[in-house]
This record gives sequence, C-alpha cells and structure tokens, in this order.
Amino acid sequence: MLKCRTVWRKLAPLARASSTVCRQNVRRTGLTHGRLPAQVPAAHMSTGPTGGGRENQLYFLLVGVTCVGAGVYAYRTVKGDQLRYQDRIDEISSRQEKFNTENSDTPSESEPVLAAESVEATETQVVPKPEPQAEPVPESEAEPSPEPQAEPLPEEPSPPVPDAEVEAPSETTEPPLAEEPVVEAPPEEPAEPHAVPVVEEVGESTPVSLKVPSHTPYLLIGGGTASFAAARSIRARDPDAKVLIVTDEPDLPYMRPPLSKELWFSDDPSVTETLRFKQWNGKERSIYFQPASFYINPEELEGAENGGVAVLTGRKVVHMDVRGNKVKLDDDTEISYDKCLIATGGVPRNLQVMERAGEEVMKRTTLFRKVDDFKSLDKVSRNIKSITIIGGGFLGSELACALGRRSNDSGLEVIQMYPEKGNMGKVLPEYLSNWTTEKVKREGVKIISEALVKSVTCKDDKVEILLKDGRLVKTDHIVAAVGLEPNVDLAKSAGLEVDSDFGGFRVNAELQARSNIWVAGDAACFYDIRLGRRRVEHHDHAVVSGRLAGENMTGANKPYWHQSMFWSDLGPDVGYEAIGIVDSSLPTVGVFAKATSKDTPRAATEKSGTGIRSESETEDTATSPVASSTPAPSVEQHRDDYGKGVIFYLRDKVVVGIILWNVFNRMPIARKIIKDGEEHADLNEVAKLFNIHED
Amino acid sequence: MSYCRQEGKDRIIFVTKEDHETPSNAELIAEDPDDPYEEQGLILPNGDINWNCPCLGGMASGPCGSQFKEAFSCFHYSKEEVKGSECIDNFRNMQECMQRYPELYPQEEEKESSPQADSDSGSASAAPPESSTLTPETDSTPGPDNTLPTDNQTVS
Repeated sequence: MLKCRTVWRKLAPLARASSTVCRQNVRRTGLTHGRLPAQVPAAHMSTGPTGGGRENQLYFLLVGVTCVGAGVYAYRTVKGDQLRYQDRIDEISSRQEKFNTENSDTPSESEPVLAAESVEATETQVVPKPEPQAEPVPESEAEPSPEPQAEPLPEEPSPPVPDAEVEAPSETTEPPLAEEPVVEAPPEEPAEPHAVPVVEEVGESTPVSLKVPSHTPYLLIGGGTASFAAARSIRARDPDAKVLIVTDEPDLPYMRPPLSKELWFSDDPSVTETLRFKQWNGKERSIYFQPASFYINPEELEGAENGGVAVLTGRKVVHMDVRGNKVKLDDDTEISYDKCLIATGGVPRNLQVMERAGEEVMKRTTLFRKVDDFKSLDKVSRNIKSITIIGGGFLGSELACALGRRSNDSGLEVIQMYPEKGNMGKVLPEYLSNWTTEKVKREGVKIISEALVKSVTCKDDKVEILLKDGRLVKTDHIVAAVGLEPNVDLAKSAGLEVDSDFGGFRVNAELQARSNIWVAGDAACFYDIRLGRRRVEHHDHAVVSGRLAGENMTGANKPYWHQSMFWSDLGPDVGYEAIGIVDSSLPTVGVFAKATSKDTPRAATEKSGTGIRSESETEDTATSPVASSTPAPSVEQHRDDYGKGVIFYLRDKVVVGIILWNVFNRMPIARKIIKDGEEHADLNEVAKLFNIHED
Repeated sequence: MSYCRQEGKDRIIFVTKEDHETPSNAELIAEDPDDPYEEQGLILPNGDINWNCPCLGGMASGPCGSQFKEAFSCFHYSKEEVKGSECIDNFRNMQECMQRYPELYPQEEEKESSPQADSDSGSASAAPPESSTLTPETDSTPGPDNTLPTDNQTVS
C-alpha cells in the first residue's frame, strides 16, 4: 500500500502533465470538430503528417519514458523491501543466539521463572515450539514479524540455527496462517501483543527482571490501603489466588491515619523506626497491615501452590495496554494480568506560589503523605523554632494539634494558616468550626485564618510568607496540607476516563472502569447509588472500596452500598465520627446534649487521639470511653457548649451526611438513616435514636 | 426544655435528657436480611461461610488460609454429636502451619480462635447482623492485624 502511494506520488506530476497534454489535444480536436464540421477531418487529425506530428511524437515519447521510469522504480522498491526483511530476520536470529550463550550461564535462575510457560526445556527446537502455540491466542503469527516481541523463542535453551528459525515458524504455524503474505502486511494485528505474556524480555534485561513474574492472575497497581484490602478480599474468595501488588513506595502496605495522629503521641523515642503506636485498648501495633512474613516473594508467586500475596516495591507502572491485558514498569518489564486493580491513590497538592518560590523554599517544605514524610518532619520539627502549616482541613488540623502538643515541651512555635474562617471550615457548620478552632488554639497552635498566600521567599535562612492582606509570617519550615491530587497517570495509556468534576478515574457503581479493570481508594470517582457520583479520600473508604473491588474481581458484581465512615481527633476534647456527604455548604441541623444542673462532671467524653476508629474490621475500634479527669465540663456548662451531639446534613430535605460529635458506637444507626434516604419531618426525633445523653 | 437556634442555614437544637426520654417516632425502613448488597456476616443466608467477613481478619487470606478454611469448613458442616470431632486432622494441619509463622499467629492467642469460632458459629445461624456478635471475641484473633469488631453491624 505504502509503496503504491509513494510510486503514485512520484508519478503524479508526470501523470498530470501528460494528462493535460492529452486533454488539450482532445479539446483542440473537439473544438475544431465543432467549429468546422464540414471540414475534412483528415486535414485536422492530430496524427496528421504535418503540423501536429512533432507535438504528438513528443507526447508519446514523454508518456513512454514515464511508464518505463515507473516500472523501474516499482521493481527496485519491491526488491529493496525483500532484502530489508531478510536482513531483519537474520538480525533477530543472531540476537537470539547471543542470548542463548548468555542463558547457558544461568539456567537455574530462568528455570523457575519460565517453568510456567515452558516446563520441558529440552534441547530440540521442535518441542519448545509448540509451547507458544499453547498460549490462548494463536500468536505464532507474531513470531516471524519484525517485532522484538518475537522473542518467545528465547525460551528454548538450545541455540537455534538462524535459517531453521525462519523456517520453524512456518513449520509450527497452524495451517490457516500463511506466513509470508501475513508478514508483508504491516504486522499490526491486535493478537500480536498476546505473544508478550509468554515473553519476559529475558534476552534484554539483567537478572533483576527475572524476579518479576511475567504473568499474574491478579495485578494490583499501588500498594496502599485499598490495594491491601482488595488483596485480602481476593484471597478470601478465590482459593489459592496469586496476587501481585506493584508499588512505587519502598514500604509494604501500611495505614496512613497514625502518621498524623497516634505516631506523634507516642512516648517511644524510636517511633520513627518502629512505626508502632498504642491503640485505645493499650495494645501496640505497627502501621503495617501485616509483617513481611505474610507476603511471599514475587519470584515465588507463580510456583506457589496455595498462591499468596507478593509485593513488588520500588517499581512504578508507567504504561498500561488494556487490549493486551498487560502493563509496563519503569524498568521496561512487562507483566500481563487477568484482572487488574488501579489503586494509585494520589500525590499531595502544592500551592502554585510555593512551586514558583524556588529551590530554597522547596527545601524547607514538606508535602505530607508517606512514611518518609513523617520521618523527615519528625526530625525537622525537633530542630527548628517555628513551623507553619498551610491548610485547615483534616490533615492540616491534625498535624497542627500533634505538633502543638509537642510545642509544650520543646518551645516550638506552631502556626496554622488557611483561607477559611475556622478549622475544618469546609466540613463543619460555622458555629462548630469556630468552636473547634478555639480548641485547636488551646493545643498551642497559633491560628491565622482567612489567610491567602501571595508569595513565599527565603531570606536569611527563614521562610517568609506574604499574605494577600499584607500580613507577613516568618517561619523555619512549611508543611503544605492543601489537598490531594488523584494519580491518574495511567489514564492516557489505558484509555480510561477521568472525571472532570471530582478528578480520579471514572468508574461505575461496581467500581469497574473497563472489562478487567477496577479502581478503588482515593483515585476512584465512583457512582454511589444513594448519594450520587463522588470521590472519597478517607481511610475507611479505601478499605471498603478495596474490599468491594476485590469481591468484584472475583465475580461478585456488588455495587458500592456499605457506606464508609471517617473520623478525626483534634486534641483530647474533640473527637468525631462521620458518614456520608459532610459538606459545610449544606444546610445542617445539630442536636446537642444540653447539660443540666443534675449532670456531674462524669466521664462522658472519650479520650480521643488514642485509637484508630474505623468501621471496617481491619483496624481496631476505639469503643470504650475512658474516664476523663477534667472537671472542665461542669465549669463550662452554658448553653453553647457543644459537648456532644449529632449533626445532620441535608440535601433536598433528605439526610445525606451525619456527624457524631463526641458520641461513639452509634455508627450503625447513622448508616441506616443514610441508607434509607427518607425525608424526616422532625430531626429531633431521629436524633433520639442515638441516645446522645448516654455513653 | 430544649432550646433551638438558627444561624443562617444551620439549625442548632439543645436537648436535655428528659427531652429525649420519650421513644422516637422516626420511621426506619425494615431491613431485609437477604439483601445481597448488604455486608454479610460470618454465615451467608444460604448457610455457607463468608470467608471475606471482616471478622475473620486475615485468617482466610494469609499463608495458612487454605488450612484454616478446611478446618473451619469441616467444623461448620460437621454433623457429629461432638461437633467437629472428625476435624482433628484439619485443625492440626492448621496449627502446624500457624506455628511456622509465629509473627502472624502469636501462639498464645491462636488457641482461643478455634473454640471461639465454634461457640459463635452456632449462634451465628441467626440473622446475619447478629453473626457479628462473633466479633467481640475475635478481637483476640491472632496477628498484629487485629480485627476488632466494629459497630457497623451491631444494631444497638
């Protein structure tokens, strides 16, 4: 096809020229005929002996030369292509020979890896040949094609002869496939990539890639909470399942909430190494979901009799081929899968002014999310005088409280600034946000509210933050907690839809993006049957959605139905659990327990900040209230003390979100109310269901 | 008496204990125990074991998962007079496997899990929500990955 086009292009001008000459002649004859019909045609014929003769001869000569030229060119091109093809085949076979000499040094290593594909690694050519045929797709046609993937052949340990190699494909190829003509056509068959599952690119890479299985039934991209929950779900439902988790972090799956809460309250000086914290029940645990002995090595995955979960750390998936059901890592290794989960989470957002601020400022900034960030912030916070947290949401407020507590011992100045009027301004109704801000201030944090950062510079080893209203804040270190950018890098190569409203991969109610691809956790913008399309960035949601995705990957087909919850602790007095859509822009109805003179300063408030409160059973729940020793409640008993209560968030008169303010163990009721989705005339009656006056 | 205030779009109500003493007249929709969408307890409506129940923690999914499943299934379907008496071998396999992973299955706790599971699977044949009464006991489930019961299924 291409040849024809190029040939035509070359001929076109000539053709045009000759055709115009042709046309002109015809016109002339036509006109002359028309005008002088009576004339004897012979005298005006173009092929007459005089007049037109020379022109015509020239014309014929021109056309003739053109045709000959075209013929010669076409012949040359075809011949050239044939030669090029031959060269390519020779090159491939020579490359293979080189590999075989290498391979003979490490036969034992390649054995377990290739065991799944070519168990009988015999010396003969023919026997391994049928192996590629055993692949689900008849991709043997791919072998002769001039593609590097034609390296299924490297699996055979015997050095094949180059010619025999070229012939062999025709030998082993199923009759229906005629090799040569297939090859001539540009080898763009979609079936071709299926050859890759067989290939491990062993010929090109070092032994490192030998550790990576070339195929895994379940591939989980991302090694966070959602991924781990999915792995567990898959293993529970599919006996002997083999699950591979690929993560670009160096750590095994761990939980994030303690990084901004419990780990900071630990008395253990080596907490940054052990990463262990104390739960509400006094028991210690690590932030890692499971110790390393729970997992198996990636290279053992394929051979594991009862399957298992393997974690490949420090590798990033950079490309996804949905048609071919495979992914490519940053070291060019390819892994094919049957079912895939994308749980890539996100990266912390940064303020634009910070990004423009330069190297010196960036060195003094922490974008907090991972274990490493915790370790470095812990170290930094011990050595500086002043730290500023930009952001008034969950992470910012929790870190501010955690650091504020430290400031009592170390004299560290902790500043928190945000554009809203109060802490959690986007979540809590104004009155509660203000109340919370007062509490945070009591933790030793200097609050600068309604602060919009205009520019940040580094001067005399101090960071200077200039606000839009002119205030200037001087500090040593900045922590930016201004949101999370969902990681949708794979959307482009995988052809997955990205949601424009919420960000993240757009998936349906069953968390499915495409046939064999699911998305869970922070990166999933999913359809919640009750509450509509949303994207949730909380820990419990990662667990719930990860678990659901795992179930659906093993054939369950369940939609997102069990509402996830979240919680936050801001100092010892303020702790709340919430569920559903909790957005301060919605109208709210708050029902609080009014303290009467009969109330004693009894242990009513839970000691927050010492436990993971999550609905899903992968964590411990802080269930029992601990006696609070402060007599404060009785002193502050006036009407506006929001000690404990329930806040309902309404959308079109239906409750879509609930906060349980210092009231615990009532999440099932809250979940039920949201699930029902009914219009309740009197929310005070609904609040009665919670028994807020009791512990 | 309760006290009510409006701040813009937000309504604030303060109620005393007496205000909330009268039973609520709020109507909740009746639960369907067989709803397939709902999170199932340990025992599914058809009598099978829900291996994905959060209450089991990592037991069914860890390295000793298959041994655990065999042992527990054998027990669950056992019709002997002494329930599970024919499952000794399965339980022994499971124990042996767990001993190989002391980090995951701390030895002193592991003894509790099987008897706990025994006593609760009996009661668990009641409505699924109740099956999570198992959960308070299994918080001693082996492994750092403790699965403490969550309130989510306890209807208070």
